[in-house]
Amino acid sequence: MEKRELTCIGCPMGCQLTVSMENGEVLEVFGNTCPKGDIYARKEVVNPTRIVTSTIRITGGDKERVSVKTASDIPKDKIFEVMKDIDSAVVSAPAHIGDVLIKDVAGTGVSVIATREIASV
Amino acid sequence: MKTVDIVIVGGGPAGLAAAVAAKKAGNDSILILERDHELGGILNQCIHNGFGLHTFKEELTGPEYAYRFIKQVYDLGIEYKLNTMVMDISKDKIVTAMNREDGMFQISAKAVILAMGCRERPRGALNIPGYRPAGIFSAGTAQRLVNIEGYMPGREVVILGSGDIGLIMARRMTLEGAKVKVVAELMPYSGGLKRNIVQCLDDYGIPLKLSHTVVDIEGKDHVTAVTIAEVGPDRKPIKGTEERYTCDTLLLSCGLIPENELSRSAGVTMSPVTSGPVVNESLETNIPGVFACGNVLHVHDLVDYVSEEAGRAGQNAVKYINDGCKDESSAETIEITATEGARYTVPSSINPERMDDLLTVRFRVGDIYKNSFVSVYFDDERIMHNQKRIMAPGEMEQIILRKSQIQEHGGLKKITVKIENE
Repeated sequence: MEKRELTCIGCPMGCQLTVSMENGEVLEVFGNTCPKGDIYARKEVVNPTRIVTSTIRITGGDKERVSVKTASDIPKDKIFEVMKDIDSAVVSAPAHIGDVLIKDVAGTGVSVIATREIASV
Repeated sequence: MKTVDIVIVGGGPAGLAAAVAAKKAGNDSILILERDHELGGILNQCIHNGFGLHTFKEELTGPEYAYRFIKQVYDLGIEYKLNTMVMDISKDKIVTAMNREDGMFQISAKAVILAMGCRERPRGALNIPGYRPAGIFSAGTAQRLVNIEGYMPGREVVILGSGDIGLIMARRMTLEGAKVKVVAELMPYSGGLKRNIVQCLDDYGIPLKLSHTVVDIEGKDHVTAVTIAEVGPDRKPIKGTEERYTCDTLLLSCGLIPENELSRSAGVTMSPVTSGPVVNESLETNIPGVFACGNVLHVHDLVDYVSEEAGRAGQNAVKYINDGCKDESSAETIEITATEGARYTVPSSINPERMDDLLTVRFRVGDIYKNSFVSVYFDDERIMHNQKRIMAPGEMEQIILRKSQIQEHGGLKKITVKIENE
């Protein structure tokens, strides 16, 4: 049996959670004081995901950088591969909120989209 | 002199929400004065997500959240001036400002909404010993450099203070290839949200050292190393606990201070606890027709609350004008006192005649409280006693007062908010 330690993010209590696992399956969650902790721990140990936010270089616009995010959450262990693609990308103005700037970033199947308006100059 | 009904000082989240709400409440003579070259304020550099869960029921990044309001300002045709610095606000609401196109100019306003926001506590206010080399930034300055200008301030980073901006920057610098060696926090608890500690520090294996502070900064021209030490209950460093970290950058995330130079010179009464104006139920200061909202009033944890509060300031400004700009400062009011664990309340007085049916009173606690009660007393009678699993200084608390409740309690003089163990 494997044990994983986590801090719950459900509220400022920050309960210290212990998850017991076997063959990648959650057996039990300890340490939570409400159901939120249980739900969080089960997702976090089996399939942790994050939204990645960053900026991409933009040319011909009224700003040097356009802020971006992954359109949905991506596996946590892919964060740095996603960042590599984001850092090597260059796009040209204009950009509108929601525009797809990178398709299928780092093979995750998720797009990177603009989160701010950049006008052409 | 140009006359405008409502001048709003600041085009950040508070100013934008106040303007939109005032316009929707029926006023067509609104002017936003913004010193930056664009609207949106600090949200433009807060590119991380987590904004708007209360307001829009979805998780937005800072620029997206700001644009929801900026677009409304455009669509509603609300006037604004960028690159414009307000120099003075007089007691009779003459606003003196300047910019490159108009030079110095004055506007006579019926109502003024203070929405200048806050700034970060700088090194000079922290008494950190050591040299004064390059490489020391407030977390927000670093955030601007990385997210707006596209520069990295350094490669090896120590962060003092665990406010949310510091935590967010720990992750941001890590994602861009820097090594964040440690986050030191003077207090025995973090001032940041739990979620940020987990997703910005734990995710990347960045240690958070509570009850620690910086005791030395080395480097003649540029930072070369920072020494931190543990502090005792008196918050003084304990000899022998020093740890030295070589680094080229020190970020400071040690609290925010409402930016109230204009309010003070206008004669607005300030709260020594919040460093913001003292306001009544209408978010009006002691100067009739001068309202305050957002982080200039008190530092908020969530921008959603800023927008909500600023919207009320905008509506109240319109109401004040529609009611004939009456000076109600001598009207009977009920004082709200914060004591025993509650540090302050906003508002701090209520005119029961003018209050809405429901009034949100926001406050912060001074320590961490587990399974304690938020109690509200009307004079000596306890009328609210709500148990909370946890309250922390970093998170804003609120209670809601009903007008009918206050009216039923005839002759009410004083409302007290306190934290009780049982």
